[in-house]
Amino acid sequence: MKMLTKHIVVASLYAASLACGTAKAQETVKIGVSVPSADHGWTGGIDFFAQESKQRLESTYKNLQVIVKTATGPSDQANSLEDLVATQQITALVILPYESAPLTDPVREVKRKGVFVTVVDRALADNTIQDLYVAGNNPGMGKIAAQYIIQRLGGKGDIVVLRGLPTVIDNQRFDTFMSLIKDTQIKVLDSKYANWNRDDGFKVMQDFLTRFPKIDAVWAQDDDIALGVLDALRQAKREKEMFVVGGGGMKEVIKRVQNKDTLVPVDIVYSPSMIANAIELTALHYTAKLPINGTYILDSPLVTPENAAQYYFPNSPF
Amino acid sequence: MKSAELVESTPQQHRAESQLRVIGKWAREAGPLIALILLVILGLLLNPSFLSWNNLRNVLTRSAFIGIISVGGTFVIVTGQIDLSVGAMAAFIASLMIIVMNQFANAGWSLPLAVGAGMVIGLMVGLLSGLGNGLLATMGKIDSFIVTLGTMGIFRSLVTFVANGGTLTLDSNIREAYRPVFYDSWLNVPIPVWVLALVVALGSVVLAKTRFGRYCRAVGSNAEVAHYSAIRVNRIRVIAFVVQGFCVALATLLYVPRLGSASSSTGVLWELEAITAVVVGGTALRGGSGRVSGSILGALILTLIGNILNLTNIISVYLNGAVQGIIILGAALLQRSSRTR
Repeated sequence: MKMLTKHIVVASLYAASLACGTAKAQETVKIGVSVPSADHGWTGGIDFFAQESKQRLESTYKNLQVIVKTATGPSDQANSLEDLVATQQITALVILPYESAPLTDPVREVKRKGVFVTVVDRALADNTIQDLYVAGNNPGMGKIAAQYIIQRLGGKGDIVVLRGLPTVIDNQRFDTFMSLIKDTQIKVLDSKYANWNRDDGFKVMQDFLTRFPKIDAVWAQDDDIALGVLDALRQAKREKEMFVVGGGGMKEVIKRVQNKDTLVPVDIVYSPSMIANAIELTALHYTAKLPINGTYILDSPLVTPENAAQYYFPNSPF
Repeated sequence: MKSAELVESTPQQHRAESQLRVIGKWAREAGPLIALILLVILGLLLNPSFLSWNNLRNVLTRSAFIGIISVGGTFVIVTGQIDLSVGAMAAFIASLMIIVMNQFANAGWSLPLAVGAGMVIGLMVGLLSGLGNGLLATMGKIDSFIVTLGTMGIFRSLVTFVANGGTLTLDSNIREAYRPVFYDSWLNVPIPVWVLALVVALGSVVLAKTRFGRYCRAVGSNAEVAHYSAIRVNRIRVIAFVVQGFCVALATLLYVPRLGSASSSTGVLWELEAITAVVVGGTALRGGSGRVSGSILGALILTLIGNILNLTNIISVYLNGAVQGIIILGAALLQRSSRTR
């Protein structure tokens, strides 16, 4: 009799613990989101869309929790990964790495703990770590810019290029652009880094205007740089000579495209909303139990006055 | 040097020494100027359009921000302190000015009135920020390095916070009204350059010729001796920070109409540029001596480096930072090596 009671107690304890375990798994799925802090317009957009999708997901799914952490640099981001795993016990990680190489091993550590890993935008040095990869099309951005400029200039003319920061992303865009321009009679007078920043775009363009009496087009690659370029053109009163192609999909620029501004005829989307795509896809893995592993490359469509309305997000800070 | 003076010397030796000292003093003051002239020659060799009036206007206008800030920086450094918060403070003031101007214009104020009110508020915030830094460093007895490191973080985050992580933009009609402050000229010289010249002239006179300037140097060279000489050390230190805050605000008043926007990338590293300008210009980082005119030469050298690198493509863009480093070190050496010890 005594034996039996003991058995029953043990069995029920075991059952209880099992039930508890499954209930817990159903209760909360924690998705940790690690992104760079808002150090320029585009990363500001990343933070905005990450917060927005957190709110949307948490109000729709009661058992889903999204924890967004911003990092000020690669080592800060590595620290925050450790915190997400150790103190928050996340089930899945969505990360936009500050830099590829230094974050590869920290993310590998997270993966080793059994966490589902989604990498956004900047690929890690080892692409076997990730379960899911969501990114914009960087070579595509360079390609579309080159195609548009070649077509507008009829394959002939003088252009200047303002680059971002010396990173893989910038190289992919720039190299693809240059490889297409190479086969035409378009001459790239010079290219300089403007650091994805309005002030530097202004300064570099001022100096290009001093140097080159004839410029037919400017590839600014990024909308922040493009806005600085536009002010330099206005100051030098050379707005009628050329047009500017930026990129990113910043609302001010989309608005100008929509208003048929001749100086800014098009824009190329590289939207920070990709972070929301990544978070929602990751959530889908848990809420709909869909297999979502693989690589998702978002298009970088050309924005023209005709389709500008669908890329205009007045509430986004970007 | 002081102990050497106590050692007896023959009149001849003495004369030779004092001549050396005069030459040394001249070379020290001319050091930054020589570096600047060498840079101008380099620029001219690399690209003839370098000396065009348009390019010089651009360079002078561009150096107005760091130039004006470095005038305030000279006072802070001469008193033996340092201000690391100036870049973040400029971004914070710019953000507030943009918000205030947009609000006032939306509330139906006339554009000049809204712009004027924004400018007054910008100056007040600058003065108060400087006062805050100064009081924390003196009454709070925290080293100014740590105080301003702290306020730098606070200002920088506040910018990101009020801009919601994005960019604050002046409404276009206000921008049009405010634009002339940066882009217009008087006697063919841009307004920011006039402001810069005025600030430098005023700063030079105050630091070199007034009692306050003398007290600044006394506090920086030996605070204890200054204290026993009945100088109110803390008050001098606080005023130096207030002067710095005022200069930052003034620079920001000129910065906002340039692009009509502020974001978390506004004013990044301005503090280091300003400190570099001050030190390259001949002010001792440990305090006690310095010249406003040197600081402005330092600021011009910094701006010229960027301009020259943009005007040529013989140097790989990957090496821009190295070229800047070499020129800064060279200018500093020119100025240090001529010191008599």
